[in-house]
Amino acid sequence: MSASKADAVVATPTQPPRNQAPSGARRATKPPRKPSGIVKSVTPYLLVAPAILGIAFLLFYPVVRNVMLSFQHYRFKQLISRSADYVGWENYQEILKDSEFWEVTRRTFYFTAVNVVAVMLISTVCALMLMKLGKTMRILVLVGLVAAWATPVIAATTIFKWLFRSDNGVVNWALVKLGFDYEGYTWFGHAGSTLTVVTLLIVWQSIPFATLTLYAGLTTVSTDVYESARLDGAGPVRIFRSITFPILRPIFALVASLEVIWIFKSFAQIWAIAGENGPINEVRTLPVYAYQQGMSAKLFDMAGAISTITVVILAVMLVFYFRQMFKQEREADK
Amino acid sequence: MKARTLKRIPLNIAALLVFAVSIFPVYWMILTAFKPAKDIQSATPKFWPSSISFDNFDTATSEPHFWDYWRNSLLVAGVGVLLALVVACFAAFAVARMQWKGRAPFILMVFIAQMAPWEALMIPMYLIARDNDLLDSLPMLTAIYFVMTLPFSIVTLRGFLGGIPIELEEAARVDGCSRFTAFRKIVFPLLAPGLLSTSLFGFITAWNEFAFANALLLNKPEQRTLPTWLNSFSNGITIDWGAIMAASTLFMLPVLAIFLVLQGKVTGGLTSGAVKG
Repeated sequence: MSASKADAVVATPTQPPRNQAPSGARRATKPPRKPSGIVKSVTPYLLVAPAILGIAFLLFYPVVRNVMLSFQHYRFKQLISRSADYVGWENYQEILKDSEFWEVTRRTFYFTAVNVVAVMLISTVCALMLMKLGKTMRILVLVGLVAAWATPVIAATTIFKWLFRSDNGVVNWALVKLGFDYEGYTWFGHAGSTLTVVTLLIVWQSIPFATLTLYAGLTTVSTDVYESARLDGAGPVRIFRSITFPILRPIFALVASLEVIWIFKSFAQIWAIAGENGPINEVRTLPVYAYQQGMSAKLFDMAGAISTITVVILAVMLVFYFRQMFKQEREADK
Repeated sequence: MKARTLKRIPLNIAALLVFAVSIFPVYWMILTAFKPAKDIQSATPKFWPSSISFDNFDTATSEPHFWDYWRNSLLVAGVGVLLALVVACFAAFAVARMQWKGRAPFILMVFIAQMAPWEALMIPMYLIARDNDLLDSLPMLTAIYFVMTLPFSIVTLRGFLGGIPIELEEAARVDGCSRFTAFRKIVFPLLAPGLLSTSLFGFITAWNEFAFANALLLNKPEQRTLPTWLNSFSNGITIDWGAIMAASTLFMLPVLAIFLVLQGKVTGGLTSGAVKG
């Protein structure tokens, strides 16, 4: 439906093409120039070649390099000598025995689950709320959501560091005013509170996209449907169960699986909040752990194994997402 | 009527709450940026400016290399997105207008590339950059941003192209235009709004990107981009929150401008790229 909106913008030419109109006779005398067979069959491949080359070199090659790395012995020495030996599954055996790896994996899944549930719950409520609001209030809420959406990640992490500052941060001030004992509380001194701030940040930034997408889905149903259901005597519960919920379900599944993928691989938020002055080793997730193993510990092979496992997990999630997407496209085509 | 108004009160309060929570961090950033130093340090925060000061902006802009970071960010995002746009234009045309073997696998590849696990590829990318002596170099980052924004650009441009009736092109070709001339004279002008919004969204992605800029531009301070600089600025020893918030405000300004330019298309464009594919 969003594509059709865009179509509406571009589909109407302001001027008809100059030579189009009186060409009945010319059409008969002058057939369109047809390129020869070979040119015609090669053209599309030439057109997509740059795109394929770009994706192959800068996306697929790094993925392959990552897998290769995970089967090599590649540490600081190999970084200098630029040659590394293959060691089979050794790195994987080592990483699977590492209790910290399991701790980080568990944390990543838990962190993702908490964030996604929060995002989806709040967004659904917000989308339903937007449906009910009057025009002024609706615009007000939309302005707020777009403001949060437009904030660049690193601007947001910087703002949140300032909001949750221990000595003169506004959050501690507000909590003290409300009667909680948060005088001078150091949010970035503990793992739990740091993760809380990261969660609040991610939820705050993810809600606009989720809400607006769900809202866009809800508005595809014309108000007549609700009106006639109401005239037929359906109560609000019945309307939700029979109209709103069936519309919402596929879009909900789609947004939820997107959020799972996005949040599972989030790096910038965690790194920027806790990377230098925070308890990064106690809040790190899989992408952060892989990055640290490589850049700080120079265990590039371990980093390769961890990121390969991360990519595999994400690939499984992606399959799920694609299934949702194609299911919805089929339903939309019906 | 009255009962309905009463019923609306809790709903409107909830709406106000959502508005306040969403906008407060942004408001606080801008407010802090314009506050005089004594207001920032005071124990009781002021929620309304008593006096407006531009000192924080002076401090931020006179940081060493400040304008280098701007130039670098504009360069990597601008060039990367422009490249993506040209390449995506070709590919989208082939996908939307031509029949060829391998079209469906190509589309699938684009969809997969759109969801690429970039955050898990920093280490291999670092090694690749290092092996080719491309560490601390803006071209490497530009190339990454090009591929990062490419799939999204192909998908959205395909959508826009699909909205332009093929008959227009056919008519032009009947009148003797070559396929390329028909594209340049007929399709391109109609595609312009689509190209504009696609490139602006790509620009935002590249402008905001942190992970790769952080991993690949480590050693030369004058080669960094705005996000990495802003992050280290906010981790410094002596933290001047007024200046940091002024810098964040300036950093966010282009993005905000783009969102305003694209107003109505914001939801449509982004969701069609991300969700419907």
